Amino acid sequence: MGSFQSLPFDHHYRTLSKKTGFSLEQIGILHNRFKQLSLNEETLRRDDFNKVQDLKDNPIRSQIVEAFFDRRNFQKDGVGSMEEIGFEEFLTVMSYFRAPALHTTEEQREEIRRAKLRFLFNMHDTDNDGTITLEEYRHVVEELLSRSGSLGKETAKGIADAAMLEVASISVGHMAPDEFYEGITFEDFLKILKELEIETRMNIRFLNMDTTVLCK
Amino acid sequence: MPYVFYLRAIHFLMLCEILSLGYGANVGMLPKATGTSSSNLPQWSPKGDAHPDSGASTLPLFTLNYPRVQIPLEITLWVLLASFAKIGFHVYHKITVWVPESCLLISIGLIVGGIMHSVHEEPPAVLTSNMFFLYMLPLIVLDSGYFMPTRPFFENFGTVLWFAVVGTLWNSIGIGISLFAICQIEAFGVQDINLQENLLFASIISAVEPVAVLTVFEDISIHEQLYIVVFGECLFNDAVTVVLYNLFNHVAELHVVEAGDVFLGIARFFVVGLGGMLFGLLFGFVAAFTTRFTGKVREIEPLIIFLYSYLAYLIAELVAISSIMAIVTCALTMKYYVEENVSQRSCTTIRHVIKMVGSVSETLIFFFLGVVTITTDHEWNWGYILFSLLFTLLWRGLGILVLTQIINPFRTIPFNFKDQFGLAFCGLRGAVSFALAYTLPDSIGPKKLFITGTIVIIIFTVFIQGITIRPLLKLMNVRKTNRNLETINVEIHKRLMEHTVAGIEDLCGQWSHYYWKDKFMKFNNRFIRKILIRDNRPESSIVALYKKLELQNTMEILDSMTGDISATPSLISLHEERKNASKSRKVLPSDVRNMHELLSKNMYKIRQRTVSYTNKHSLPNDVTAKEILIRRHTSLRRSLRAGSFHSPHGNKASQKFLSLPVNSRLPPGRFSHAGDGDNEPEMNLSSVSSMFRHPQRSSSRTTIPLRPLGSLKVVSSSVKVVDEENEKQRGYRSSHLRSSFTSSAQQSSRSLYGSTRNISDEDGGSEHEEQESPPDPHAWVQDPQNNSDMQHPLLRRSQWPPQKPQDE
Repeated sequence: MGSFQSLPFDHHYRTLSKKTGFSLEQIGILHNRFKQLSLNEETLRRDDFNKVQDLKDNPIRSQIVEAFFDRRNFQKDGVGSMEEIGFEEFLTVMSYFRAPALHTTEEQREEIRRAKLRFLFNMHDTDNDGTITLEEYRHVVEELLSRSGSLGKETAKGIADAAMLEVASISVGHMAPDEFYEGITFEDFLKILKELEIETRMNIRFLNMDTTVLCK
Repeated sequence: MPYVFYLRAIHFLMLCEILSLGYGANVGMLPKATGTSSSNLPQWSPKGDAHPDSGASTLPLFTLNYPRVQIPLEITLWVLLASFAKIGFHVYHKITVWVPESCLLISIGLIVGGIMHSVHEEPPAVLTSNMFFLYMLPLIVLDSGYFMPTRPFFENFGTVLWFAVVGTLWNSIGIGISLFAICQIEAFGVQDINLQENLLFASIISAVEPVAVLTVFEDISIHEQLYIVVFGECLFNDAVTVVLYNLFNHVAELHVVEAGDVFLGIARFFVVGLGGMLFGLLFGFVAAFTTRFTGKVREIEPLIIFLYSYLAYLIAELVAISSIMAIVTCALTMKYYVEENVSQRSCTTIRHVIKMVGSVSETLIFFFLGVVTITTDHEWNWGYILFSLLFTLLWRGLGILVLTQIINPFRTIPFNFKDQFGLAFCGLRGAVSFALAYTLPDSIGPKKLFITGTIVIIIFTVFIQGITIRPLLKLMNVRKTNRNLETINVEIHKRLMEHTVAGIEDLCGQWSHYYWKDKFMKFNNRFIRKILIRDNRPESSIVALYKKLELQNTMEILDSMTGDISATPSLISLHEERKNASKSRKVLPSDVRNMHELLSKNMYKIRQRTVSYTNKHSLPNDVTAKEILIRRHTSLRRSLRAGSFHSPHGNKASQKFLSLPVNSRLPPGRFSHAGDGDNEPEMNLSSVSSMFRHPQRSSSRTTIPLRPLGSLKVVSSSVKVVDEENEKQRGYRSSHLRSSFTSSAQQSSRSLYGSTRNISDEDGGSEHEEQESPPDPHAWVQDPQNNSDMQHPLLRRSQWPPQKPQDE
């Protein structure tokens, strides 16, 4: 199935393409996928994501799915989550995983980095207060380690606590005895992940070839 | 002082060598290692040939039967000489910084060769084709393959293969053809060399050698990508070179080459390469499977590993497929599963032995290079040799440029020009090239010319490029790896990111390397591990990391301490400490802090593991660390010193976290988990006790998984006690923190291993005691991490006991 753009969609695709940076073919393919997942309806719901088999084994499945419905990922100041999303939102979320073009300037790279990290941050900051608190972090770590069977909650807690402290030390440095560390703010998050080359790793090479027929 | 002694030893040894050679020469021809030793065997008479005709009248008091031991003796002496050379290099440590070891070895070889030449001796003809290919090369390659850092390797697999295979082909063919073109020019007088021979020569000199380069890379902390590409390229490049060598060797002996042969050659190339990999995989799995059953016979575990690897190599040689690929693949697959099955000791043994023999092999070859340079008759041809040198450099540069351009779009982190320059410049030739040239069959006409050419190229690249690489790379400011901020956060988030990406990939139905990796891990966990590993416990890699980190940290702490503190004070103080430290458990933050400290240090170490594998002349850090596990008493003693467990291993990251305030007063309510913090220590105690018991009994690493995690809590809870105390006593915040950090970290590690092993009363220990178990916090607390202030006697044992009174 090559390119199939039919005229009425073309214009819509072009605006989407401008907005998200995908090429027209890629948008076409993703639209196919969207339709596949949503059983040809206009919108996707959370249950539709359960159809994807491989996703079941993913430890942070719920967060990933939730990310699709999170308004913060769609607009700058969105709050809360939606019940169902349309193709545009689907595409917007996907665009976070686009690879930066080869010739981007420093600021652009920084922008892209921030956007990606913001996405990750939002995934964990479930109560949307702008910080990842210890509870949230613990939750994350627990989920992450949930696949390995015999781990206790304390372990995950321990790890999460340790990580939290680490962030505290990096971001706040010397803390007075009365201070406490609220939670990881986005700035701290940026700081601690400074060395992780997100912009190069958090990428999916969106192919121009339609592979939807190959995967369930 | 030792230097003088060393010199004398060297002189003596060289004298021995020469005398032995002289004697050997007098007795008969120097035996080849494989062949003609039988000529010496007939002289098997218990009385030796000193008195062949004296009948049975007198019992000789002293006989000399040199020929009998000649071969082993000579080999031993040579190896010993080479080892002395290696020791000698480190007498002045500055030397190895600026001059790569290979250079030094060659120089020593040159000197020895010069001496031998001056007394008109021949070099021992030990370096035969068989000797090299059957004994030395597999060791070198096994060494490289076993210590290859797997994760970055697989992430860059495509790039590595691309550079190795295509790059080598490019080099060989390019150089070969250009040389052939040069040969056509009459002025140089080498018209008799035909194309096949040129190609043969070209394939010989396109074998790249990583030893010197990797050492420099590690020293300047170069970017991991570059590092792994050079390492991997060189490894597979050996395979390709040997294949090409054999191919062209065969072809060179044919007088007529047809087009069909060319295609056959290409097909053969693939058969050989892929066949090698399959063989390697097969043997790797079989080896892993075998180790599943060696639980009762731990002593032969290392043997099994070596046997299987060597078997893979030999069988591949048998069917004439790429033995290097076989052994490398075998080592790679084996390593992962075997290290879970075998005991700690076996693991250490394996690594040690592999490193040792690989190192020896390499050393010997360089050494011989030096010797042979002086003692052979060279055939010199200005034009040919200089041009070959020129083309070597030229084609490598071109090759890297072109290949990078092609592959950059496929890489997530593309190579910039500096990287490319680094890659091109780091194409040193070395041991393998030399051996291949030296063992050319005599039927090749211009053999001597080739040997000379190869030696010239090797010496040029090793000396000139080897020495200038370091300043150049520094000057160019090639991308460095940033080791500092690798922390548990990064690890967690990296993992999260990977899962996210994998999830999204699943969602949009696209396959990419995360998908494959995920799939492979699933398959691995479900099937392969069950078959191949004895105690199979599915483990998250974060937890595995956690576990490893603790191990490593402990090891490091323990290992970095030297000295012979007698065990008694430590044991005593431990006991006392435990009894005394019966304070109330307090707020979590300090525990957590300590845990974090421990973790961060550990995490840091794990990340370093990649780079720490790089040094070809030494073992990876964690190996030496693991040995500590075995040494009970020493470990205890050492742990007490709590010396410099940071700097030697570049643990500078830890300094970062030291500035956390003595925040044991983090308001319990606010730091949300503090509330249940009190409960936690108790909960963990049972797991802790069981954990403490465990390491003593089992030597298998897989039984450790969870426990240490629990133990951390316990440890920290006691440490916090110390924290507060010190705080009160000193009010010396930052340094306290530092010390408490180190101490806690060390403490916890010690508690994991030291106390568990040596303090019997921990077994089934009463919970309270367990709680305070962590060995003498004070000992550590006192220890300033940056050696600065603090009259912290921790470093001086004498002050050991005096610390105790401060317990109250």
